[in-house]
Amino acid sequence: MAGHATTHVDATTAWGGKTSPFNVSYGKLMMWFFLVSDALTFGGLLVAYGYTRHTTQSAWPIGEETFDSLPFLGHGYPLMYVALMTFILIVSSVTMVLAVEAGHRMDKKGVMKWMIATIIGGFFFLGSQAWEWSHFIHGSHFGSVEILSGEHTGSRAIVKGHFGDLESFTVVQAGKHHKVGDVIKETPDELFHHFRTAVMNGQVKDGKITLHDGSVATWKKHNDEHMELIIKTDGTGHSLAKVTKIHGKDAEVKYWESVNSGKKGAIIYGADLQSNEYGPSQYGQFFFFITGFHGFHVFSGVVINILIFLGVSSGKYHKRGHYEMVEKTGLYWHFVDLVWVFVFTFFYLV
Amino acid sequence: MERDDIIEYSLDAHHSEEQGKKIRRKIWLVTAILTLITAFEVGVGMTVHQDSSMWWIVKLLFIGLTLLKAGYIVLVFMHLGDERKVLKYCILVPYFIFVIYLIFIALTEANAVHTAWETYGG
Repeated sequence: MAGHATTHVDATTAWGGKTSPFNVSYGKLMMWFFLVSDALTFGGLLVAYGYTRHTTQSAWPIGEETFDSLPFLGHGYPLMYVALMTFILIVSSVTMVLAVEAGHRMDKKGVMKWMIATIIGGFFFLGSQAWEWSHFIHGSHFGSVEILSGEHTGSRAIVKGHFGDLESFTVVQAGKHHKVGDVIKETPDELFHHFRTAVMNGQVKDGKITLHDGSVATWKKHNDEHMELIIKTDGTGHSLAKVTKIHGKDAEVKYWESVNSGKKGAIIYGADLQSNEYGPSQYGQFFFFITGFHGFHVFSGVVINILIFLGVSSGKYHKRGHYEMVEKTGLYWHFVDLVWVFVFTFFYLV
Repeated sequence: MERDDIIEYSLDAHHSEEQGKKIRRKIWLVTAILTLITAFEVGVGMTVHQDSSMWWIVKLLFIGLTLLKAGYIVLVFMHLGDERKVLKYCILVPYFIFVIYLIFIALTEANAVHTAWETYGG
Protein backbone atom coordinates (compact mmCIF):
# COMPACT_ATOMS: atom_id res chain seq x y z
CA MET A 1 0.00 0.00 0.00
CA ALA A 2 1.34 3.45 0.77
CA GLY A 3 4.98 3.66 1.72
CA HIS A 4 5.80 0.99 -0.85
CA ALA A 5 9.36 -0.09 -1.13
CA THR A 6 10.02 1.75 -4.35
CA THR A 7 13.80 1.68 -4.28
CA HIS A 8 15.45 -1.65 -4.33
CA VAL A 9 17.54 -2.40 -1.24
CA ASP A 10 19.99 -5.21 -1.65
CA ALA A 11 20.37 -7.32 1.49
CA THR A 12 24.10 -7.79 1.09
CA THR A 13 24.89 -4.09 0.84
CA ALA A 14 21.99 -2.71 2.92
CA TRP A 15 24.07 -1.74 5.92
CA GLY A 16 27.14 -0.62 4.01
CA GLY A 17 26.24 3.07 3.94
CA LYS A 18 24.80 5.47 1.40
CA THR A 19 21.49 3.67 1.59
CA SER A 20 18.58 3.36 3.98
CA PRO A 21 18.21 -0.22 5.16
CA PHE A 22 14.74 0.69 6.36
CA ASN A 23 13.78 2.02 2.95
CA VAL A 24 12.05 5.07 4.43
CA SER A 25 13.04 8.70 4.44
CA TYR A 26 14.79 10.32 7.38
CA GLY A 27 11.69 12.31 8.42
CA LYS A 28 9.40 9.32 8.50
CA LEU A 29 11.90 7.23 10.44
CA MET A 30 12.26 9.98 13.05
CA MET A 31 8.47 10.22 13.37
CA TRP A 32 8.38 6.50 14.05
CA PHE A 33 11.13 6.78 16.66
CA PHE A 34 9.24 9.60 18.37
CA LEU A 35 6.09 7.51 18.42
CA VAL A 36 7.98 4.57 19.91
CA SER A 37 9.13 6.71 22.83
CA ASP A 38 5.74 8.38 23.25
CA ALA A 39 4.02 5.02 23.29
CA LEU A 40 6.38 3.88 26.04
CA THR A 41 5.33 6.96 28.04
CA PHE A 42 1.66 6.06 27.72
CA GLY A 43 2.52 2.43 28.42
CA GLY A 44 4.23 3.52 31.64
CA LEU A 45 1.22 5.60 32.68
CA LEU A 46 -1.25 2.80 32.07
CA VAL A 47 0.95 0.31 33.90
CA ALA A 48 1.17 2.75 36.83
CA TYR A 49 -2.64 2.91 36.76
CA GLY A 50 -2.81 -0.88 36.84
CA TYR A 51 -0.31 -1.03 39.70
CA THR A 52 -2.30 1.45 41.77
CA ARG A 53 -5.57 -0.28 41.03
CA HIS A 54 -4.19 -3.64 42.14
CA THR A 55 -2.64 -2.31 45.36
CA THR A 56 -5.67 -0.26 46.43
CA GLN A 57 -7.58 -1.67 49.36
CA SER A 58 -10.93 -0.03 48.65
CA ALA A 59 -13.13 -0.97 45.73
CA TRP A 60 -12.21 0.55 42.39
CA PRO A 61 -14.97 2.35 40.44
CA ILE A 62 -16.61 0.58 37.54
CA GLY A 63 -16.65 2.30 34.15
CA GLU A 64 -20.25 1.62 33.19
CA GLU A 65 -21.48 2.96 36.56
CA THR A 66 -19.29 6.06 36.58
CA PHE A 67 -19.83 7.07 32.97
CA ASP A 68 -23.51 6.56 32.25
CA SER A 69 -24.68 9.98 31.08
CA LEU A 70 -25.42 11.61 27.77
CA PRO A 71 -25.73 15.36 27.16
CA PHE A 72 -29.37 16.53 27.46
CA LEU A 73 -30.58 13.01 28.27
CA GLY A 74 -29.22 12.49 31.78
CA HIS A 75 -28.30 9.16 33.33
CA GLY A 76 -28.92 5.57 32.36
CA TYR A 77 -26.78 5.23 29.24
CA PRO A 78 -23.71 3.29 30.39
CA LEU A 79 -20.61 3.85 28.25
CA MET A 80 -22.61 5.31 25.34
CA TYR A 81 -20.80 8.62 25.50
CA VAL A 82 -17.25 7.21 25.51
CA ALA A 83 -18.27 4.83 22.76
CA LEU A 84 -19.34 7.86 20.74
CA MET A 85 -16.01 9.59 21.49
CA THR A 86 -14.15 6.46 20.39
CA PHE A 87 -16.17 6.35 17.20
CA ILE A 88 -15.43 10.02 16.45
CA LEU A 89 -11.71 9.41 16.85
CA ILE A 90 -11.75 6.27 14.71
CA VAL A 91 -13.62 8.12 11.95
CA SER A 92 -11.13 10.99 12.05
CA SER A 93 -8.34 8.43 11.73
CA VAL A 94 -10.09 7.06 8.66
CA THR A 95 -10.40 10.48 7.04
CA MET A 96 -6.70 11.00 7.73
CA VAL A 97 -5.70 7.78 5.99
CA LEU A 98 -7.92 8.83 3.07
CA ALA A 99 -6.03 12.13 2.91
CA VAL A 100 -2.75 10.20 2.74
CA GLU A 101 -4.17 8.01 0.00
CA ALA A 102 -5.25 11.06 -1.99
CA GLY A 103 -1.71 12.42 -1.55
CA HIS A 104 -0.30 9.36 -3.27
CA ARG A 105 -2.44 10.17 -6.29
CA MET A 106 -1.24 13.82 -6.17
CA ASP A 107 -4.89 14.78 -5.73
CA LYS A 108 -4.53 18.12 -3.93
CA LYS A 109 -8.29 18.72 -3.65
CA GLY A 110 -8.81 15.26 -2.15
CA VAL A 111 -6.07 15.81 0.43
CA MET A 112 -7.63 19.14 1.44
CA LYS A 113 -11.13 17.68 1.72
CA TRP A 114 -10.10 14.79 3.92
CA MET A 115 -7.79 16.89 6.07
CA ILE A 116 -10.61 19.33 6.84
CA ALA A 117 -12.74 16.35 7.86
CA THR A 118 -9.93 15.13 10.12
CA ILE A 119 -9.53 18.52 11.77
CA ILE A 120 -13.28 18.77 12.39
CA GLY A 121 -13.22 15.27 13.91
CA GLY A 122 -10.37 16.39 16.18
CA PHE A 123 -12.34 19.40 17.39
CA PHE A 124 -15.39 17.22 18.01
CA PHE A 125 -13.31 14.87 20.12
CA LEU A 126 -11.83 17.74 22.14
CA GLY A 127 -15.29 19.18 22.73
CA SER A 128 -16.59 15.79 23.87
CA GLN A 129 -13.71 15.46 26.24
CA ALA A 130 -14.41 18.92 27.68
CA TRP A 131 -18.00 17.83 28.39
CA GLU A 132 -16.81 14.58 29.89
CA TRP A 133 -14.35 16.37 32.20
CA SER A 134 -16.95 18.92 33.25
CA HIS A 135 -19.39 16.14 34.03
CA PHE A 136 -16.76 14.18 35.95
CA ILE A 137 -15.73 17.25 37.96
CA HIS A 138 -19.25 18.37 38.87
CA GLY A 139 -20.55 14.91 39.61
CA SER A 140 -24.08 13.87 40.50
CA HIS A 141 -26.72 15.71 42.55
CA PHE A 142 -26.30 13.26 45.41
CA GLY A 143 -22.54 12.93 45.51
CA SER A 144 -21.17 10.08 47.58
CA VAL A 145 -22.04 9.77 51.24
CA GLU A 146 -20.20 8.75 54.38
CA ILE A 147 -22.57 6.73 56.51
CA LEU A 148 -22.61 8.00 60.10
CA SER A 149 -24.74 5.49 62.00
CA GLY A 150 -25.69 1.82 62.09
CA GLU A 151 -23.72 -1.20 61.05
CA HIS A 152 -22.06 0.50 58.08
CA THR A 153 -20.73 3.45 60.09
CA GLY A 154 -17.66 4.91 58.47
CA SER A 155 -18.26 3.32 55.05
CA ARG A 156 -18.68 5.47 52.01
CA ALA A 157 -21.54 4.76 49.61
CA ILE A 158 -22.22 5.93 46.10
CA VAL A 159 -25.80 7.10 45.62
CA LYS A 160 -28.11 6.33 42.70
CA GLY A 161 -31.61 7.62 42.10
CA HIS A 162 -33.34 10.86 41.27
CA PHE A 163 -32.67 13.94 43.41
CA GLY A 164 -35.91 15.85 44.04
CA ASP A 165 -35.71 19.44 42.75
CA LEU A 166 -35.20 22.25 45.26
CA GLU A 167 -38.10 24.73 45.26
CA SER A 168 -37.09 27.56 47.55
CA PHE A 169 -35.16 28.70 50.60
CA THR A 170 -36.97 30.45 53.47
CA VAL A 171 -34.75 32.71 55.54
CA VAL A 172 -35.03 32.17 59.30
CA GLN A 173 -32.05 34.26 60.42
CA ALA A 174 -31.08 37.49 58.68
CA GLY A 175 -27.78 37.96 56.86
CA LYS A 176 -26.23 40.74 54.79
CA HIS A 177 -28.74 40.55 51.91
CA HIS A 178 -31.78 38.73 53.28
CA LYS A 179 -34.08 39.36 56.19
CA VAL A 180 -36.15 36.90 58.15
CA GLY A 181 -39.11 35.58 56.19
CA ASP A 182 -37.59 36.18 52.74
CA VAL A 183 -38.38 33.38 50.32
CA ILE A 184 -35.57 32.84 47.82
CA LYS A 185 -36.91 31.44 44.56
CA GLU A 186 -34.51 30.61 41.77
CA THR A 187 -34.29 27.78 39.26
CA PRO A 188 -33.72 24.34 40.82
CA ASP A 189 -30.21 24.29 39.33
CA GLU A 190 -29.26 27.64 40.85
CA LEU A 191 -30.68 26.65 44.24
CA PHE A 192 -28.82 23.35 44.01
CA HIS A 193 -25.60 25.21 43.30
CA HIS A 194 -25.97 27.13 46.61
CA PHE A 195 -26.98 23.95 48.39
CA ARG A 196 -24.00 21.97 47.08
CA THR A 197 -21.53 24.71 48.06
CA ALA A 198 -23.00 24.88 51.58
CA VAL A 199 -22.88 21.10 52.02
CA MET A 200 -19.24 21.00 50.90
CA ASN A 201 -18.33 23.75 53.37
CA GLY A 202 -20.13 22.00 56.21
CA GLN A 203 -22.76 24.75 56.38
CA VAL A 204 -25.82 22.55 56.25
CA LYS A 205 -26.88 21.36 59.67
CA ASP A 206 -30.13 20.02 61.13
CA GLY A 207 -32.28 21.08 58.20
CA LYS A 208 -30.80 24.58 58.03
CA ILE A 209 -28.49 26.00 55.41
CA THR A 210 -26.14 28.95 55.90
CA LEU A 211 -26.06 30.96 52.68
CA HIS A 212 -23.00 32.83 51.46
CA ASP A 213 -24.24 36.18 52.83
CA GLY A 214 -24.48 34.68 56.32
CA SER A 215 -28.25 34.30 56.47
CA VAL A 216 -29.66 30.99 57.63
CA ALA A 217 -32.56 29.36 55.79
CA THR A 218 -34.66 26.23 55.61
CA TRP A 219 -35.29 24.60 52.25
CA LYS A 220 -38.27 23.16 50.48
CA LYS A 221 -37.77 20.41 47.94
CA HIS A 222 -39.54 17.61 46.08
CA ASN A 223 -39.09 14.08 47.32
CA ASP A 224 -36.15 12.03 46.11
CA GLU A 225 -37.06 8.98 44.10
CA HIS A 226 -35.62 5.47 43.85
CA MET A 227 -32.75 6.28 46.13
CA GLU A 228 -30.19 3.54 46.54
CA LEU A 229 -26.95 3.55 48.52
CA ILE A 230 -24.26 1.22 47.24
CA ILE A 231 -21.45 0.33 49.61
CA LYS A 232 -18.50 -1.47 48.13
CA THR A 233 -15.85 -3.15 50.15
CA ASP A 234 -12.74 -4.71 48.80
CA GLY A 235 -13.27 -8.39 48.09
CA THR A 236 -10.63 -11.06 48.08
CA GLY A 237 -8.42 -11.14 45.03
CA HIS A 238 -8.05 -7.71 43.52
CA SER A 239 -10.54 -5.46 41.80
CA LEU A 240 -13.70 -7.43 42.50
CA ALA A 241 -15.75 -5.79 45.20
CA LYS A 242 -18.28 -6.98 47.72
CA VAL A 243 -21.42 -4.93 47.22
CA THR A 244 -24.05 -4.01 49.81
CA LYS A 245 -27.14 -2.09 48.74
CA ILE A 246 -29.52 -0.06 50.88
CA HIS A 247 -32.86 0.91 49.33
CA GLY A 248 -35.85 3.14 49.92
CA LYS A 249 -36.67 4.83 53.20
CA ASP A 250 -33.58 3.42 54.91
CA ALA A 251 -31.36 4.91 52.25
CA GLU A 252 -33.05 8.30 52.48
CA VAL A 253 -32.71 8.44 56.26
CA LYS A 254 -29.02 7.55 56.14
CA TYR A 255 -28.30 9.96 53.30
CA TRP A 256 -30.03 12.99 54.82
CA GLU A 257 -28.56 12.27 58.22
CA SER A 258 -25.11 12.74 56.71
CA VAL A 259 -26.14 15.85 54.78
CA ASN A 260 -27.56 17.38 57.97
CA SER A 261 -24.55 16.46 60.09
CA GLY A 262 -22.60 19.58 59.13
CA LYS A 263 -19.55 17.36 58.82
CA LYS A 264 -17.19 18.59 56.12
CA GLY A 265 -16.45 15.86 53.59
CA ALA A 266 -19.41 13.69 54.63
CA ILE A 267 -20.77 14.31 51.15
CA ILE A 268 -18.35 14.48 48.22
CA TYR A 269 -19.60 15.88 44.93
CA GLY A 270 -17.77 15.16 41.69
CA ALA A 271 -14.01 15.01 41.59
CA ASP A 272 -10.88 17.02 42.15
CA LEU A 273 -7.30 15.98 42.78
CA GLN A 274 -7.92 15.36 46.50
CA SER A 275 -11.04 13.24 46.43
CA ASN A 276 -13.90 12.13 44.24
CA GLU A 277 -17.34 10.64 44.67
CA TYR A 278 -16.62 7.61 42.48
CA GLY A 279 -13.95 5.83 44.52
CA PRO A 280 -10.34 6.12 45.72
CA SER A 281 -8.64 9.48 45.18
CA GLN A 282 -6.02 7.89 42.88
CA TYR A 283 -8.81 7.06 40.46
CA GLY A 284 -9.55 10.75 39.89
CA GLN A 285 -5.88 11.62 39.70
CA PHE A 286 -5.19 9.03 37.03
CA PHE A 287 -8.32 10.03 35.16
CA PHE A 288 -7.20 13.64 34.97
CA PHE A 289 -3.62 12.79 34.15
CA ILE A 290 -4.06 10.09 31.55
CA THR A 291 -7.09 11.47 29.69
CA GLY A 292 -5.60 14.94 30.07
CA PHE A 293 -2.27 13.88 28.62
CA HIS A 294 -4.07 12.16 25.78
CA GLY A 295 -6.30 15.19 25.22
CA PHE A 296 -3.20 17.34 25.03
CA HIS A 297 -1.88 15.03 22.32
CA VAL A 298 -5.15 15.39 20.42
CA PHE A 299 -4.93 19.16 20.75
CA SER A 300 -1.32 19.15 19.44
CA GLY A 301 -2.44 16.87 16.63
CA VAL A 302 -5.20 19.27 15.59
CA VAL A 303 -2.73 22.17 15.58
CA ILE A 304 -0.20 20.20 13.49
CA ASN A 305 -2.97 19.09 11.13
CA ILE A 306 -4.03 22.70 10.62
CA LEU A 307 -0.44 23.73 9.84
CA ILE A 308 -0.03 20.89 7.34
CA PHE A 309 -3.42 21.75 5.84
CA LEU A 310 -2.20 25.29 5.22
CA GLY A 311 0.88 23.82 3.50
CA VAL A 312 -1.32 21.64 1.33
CA SER A 313 -3.65 24.46 0.34
CA SER A 314 -0.76 26.75 -0.56
CA GLY A 315 0.48 24.08 -2.95
CA LYS A 316 3.83 23.72 -1.17
CA TYR A 317 3.80 19.92 -1.16
CA HIS A 318 2.40 19.67 -4.66
CA LYS A 319 5.44 21.57 -5.95
CA ARG A 320 7.72 19.16 -4.09
CA GLY A 321 6.17 16.33 -6.02
CA HIS A 322 5.04 14.35 -3.00
CA TYR A 323 2.78 14.62 0.03
CA GLU A 324 5.02 12.94 2.57
CA MET A 325 4.35 15.65 5.16
CA VAL A 326 0.70 14.56 5.18
CA GLU A 327 1.85 11.00 5.71
CA LYS A 328 4.03 11.99 8.68
CA THR A 329 1.35 14.02 10.43
CA GLY A 330 -0.97 11.12 9.64
CA LEU A 331 1.31 8.77 11.56
CA TYR A 332 1.02 11.02 14.61
CA TRP A 333 -2.74 11.30 14.29
CA HIS A 334 -3.23 7.53 14.05
CA PHE A 335 -1.02 7.14 17.08
CA VAL A 336 -3.35 9.39 19.07
CA ASP A 337 -6.23 7.14 18.02
CA LEU A 338 -4.18 4.08 18.97
CA VAL A 339 -3.55 5.40 22.49
CA TRP A 340 -7.25 6.12 22.93
CA VAL A 341 -8.08 2.50 22.08
CA PHE A 342 -6.00 1.44 25.08
CA VAL A 343 -7.28 4.19 27.39
CA PHE A 344 -10.83 3.22 26.44
CA THR A 345 -10.22 -0.41 27.38
CA PHE A 346 -8.32 0.08 30.61
CA PHE A 347 -10.17 3.10 31.94
CA TYR A 348 -13.72 2.44 30.88
CA LEU A 349 -14.18 -1.23 30.04
CA VAL A 350 -12.23 -3.41 32.46
CA MET B 1 25.82 21.61 -4.89
CA GLU B 2 23.32 18.84 -5.39
CA ARG B 3 24.04 16.06 -2.89
CA ASP B 4 24.01 12.61 -4.34
CA ASP B 5 24.65 10.73 -1.12
CA ILE B 6 21.11 11.17 0.23
CA ILE B 7 18.62 8.79 -1.17
CA GLU B 8 15.04 9.69 -0.28
CA TYR B 9 12.89 6.65 -0.03
CA SER B 10 9.13 6.34 -0.01
CA LEU B 11 8.74 9.92 -1.23
CA ASP B 12 7.60 8.91 -4.66
CA ALA B 13 5.35 6.16 -3.41
CA HIS B 14 2.64 7.16 -5.84
CA HIS B 15 -0.11 4.94 -7.04
CA SER B 16 -2.64 5.04 -9.83
CA GLU B 17 -6.36 5.76 -9.60
CA GLU B 18 -7.07 2.04 -9.93
CA GLN B 19 -4.75 1.00 -7.09
CA GLY B 20 -6.25 3.83 -5.05
CA LYS B 21 -9.69 2.30 -5.44
CA LYS B 22 -8.47 -1.00 -4.00
CA ILE B 23 -6.72 0.76 -1.13
CA ARG B 24 -9.84 2.78 -0.28
CA ARG B 25 -11.95 -0.37 -0.24
CA LYS B 26 -9.54 -1.85 2.32
CA ILE B 27 -9.68 1.35 4.42
CA TRP B 28 -13.48 1.23 4.61
CA LEU B 29 -13.41 -2.45 5.45
CA VAL B 30 -11.05 -1.81 8.36
CA THR B 31 -13.28 1.08 9.47
CA ALA B 32 -16.26 -1.26 9.60
CA ILE B 33 -14.27 -3.84 11.58
CA LEU B 34 -13.06 -1.26 14.13
CA THR B 35 -16.57 0.15 14.58
CA LEU B 36 -18.14 -3.29 15.00
CA ILE B 37 -15.53 -4.32 17.58
CA THR B 38 -16.16 -1.13 19.60
CA ALA B 39 -19.94 -1.58 19.43
CA PHE B 40 -19.54 -5.20 20.51
CA GLU B 41 -17.32 -4.20 23.45
CA VAL B 42 -19.82 -1.62 24.67
CA GLY B 43 -22.67 -4.13 24.33
CA VAL B 44 -20.82 -6.75 26.37
CA GLY B 45 -19.71 -4.11 28.91
CA MET B 46 -23.35 -3.15 29.44
CA THR B 47 -24.65 -6.69 29.87
CA VAL B 48 -21.93 -8.57 31.75
CA HIS B 49 -21.10 -6.97 35.10
CA GLN B 50 -17.91 -7.10 37.09
CA ASP B 51 -19.41 -9.16 39.88
CA SER B 52 -20.35 -11.90 37.42
CA SER B 53 -18.36 -15.13 37.47
CA MET B 54 -17.86 -14.75 33.71
CA TRP B 55 -16.05 -11.47 34.19
CA TRP B 56 -12.50 -12.79 33.85
CA ILE B 57 -13.35 -14.21 30.41
CA VAL B 58 -14.87 -10.88 29.35
CA LYS B 59 -11.80 -9.08 30.61
CA LEU B 60 -9.46 -11.26 28.57
CA LEU B 61 -11.79 -10.85 25.59
CA PHE B 62 -11.64 -7.05 25.91
CA ILE B 63 -7.85 -7.09 26.06
CA GLY B 64 -7.68 -9.42 23.05
CA LEU B 65 -10.06 -7.22 21.04
CA THR B 66 -8.06 -4.13 21.99
CA LEU B 67 -4.88 -5.71 20.66
CA LEU B 68 -6.76 -6.66 17.50
CA LYS B 69 -7.91 -3.05 17.03
CA ALA B 70 -4.38 -1.80 17.74
CA GLY B 71 -3.05 -4.25 15.15
CA TYR B 72 -5.41 -2.95 12.47
CA ILE B 73 -4.54 0.68 13.25
CA VAL B 74 -0.79 0.14 13.25
CA LEU B 75 -0.52 -2.26 10.33
CA VAL B 76 -3.15 -0.75 7.99
CA PHE B 77 -3.71 2.90 8.95
CA MET B 78 -0.09 3.54 9.81
CA HIS B 79 1.06 1.31 6.93
CA LEU B 80 3.58 -0.50 9.10
CA GLY B 81 2.44 -3.73 7.48
CA ASP B 82 3.80 -2.46 4.15
CA GLU B 83 7.18 -1.37 5.44
CA ARG B 84 10.29 -3.52 5.35
CA LYS B 85 10.51 -6.26 7.95
CA VAL B 86 13.56 -4.73 9.59
CA LEU B 87 11.68 -1.47 10.33
CA LYS B 88 8.60 -3.35 11.51
CA TYR B 89 10.59 -5.32 14.06
CA CYS B 90 12.66 -2.33 15.20
CA ILE B 91 9.40 -0.67 16.20
CA LEU B 92 7.41 -3.61 17.54
CA VAL B 93 9.99 -5.76 19.31
CA PRO B 94 10.73 -3.23 22.12
CA TYR B 95 7.11 -3.54 23.23
CA PHE B 96 7.07 -7.29 23.17
CA ILE B 97 10.12 -7.26 25.41
CA PHE B 98 9.73 -4.26 27.71
CA VAL B 99 6.02 -3.59 28.03
CA ILE B 100 5.01 -7.17 28.63
CA TYR B 101 7.79 -7.47 31.18
CA LEU B 102 6.74 -4.19 32.81
CA ILE B 103 3.11 -5.29 33.04
CA PHE B 104 4.13 -8.61 34.51
CA ILE B 105 6.49 -7.17 37.09
CA ALA B 106 4.23 -4.25 38.12
CA LEU B 107 1.10 -6.34 38.57
CA THR B 108 2.92 -9.10 40.44
CA GLU B 109 4.38 -6.52 42.78
CA ALA B 110 1.03 -4.75 43.15
CA ASN B 111 -0.72 -7.96 44.16
CA ALA B 112 2.02 -8.70 46.67
CA VAL B 113 1.68 -5.22 48.19
CA HIS B 114 -2.08 -5.63 48.28
CA THR B 115 -1.80 -8.91 50.16
CA ALA B 116 0.76 -7.47 52.54
CA TRP B 117 -1.54 -4.58 53.44
CA GLU B 118 -4.50 -6.88 53.78
CA THR B 119 -2.56 -9.16 56.10
CA TYR B 120 -0.49 -6.75 58.20
CA GLY B 121 -1.69 -3.24 57.39
CA GLY B 122 -4.15 -1.02 59.17
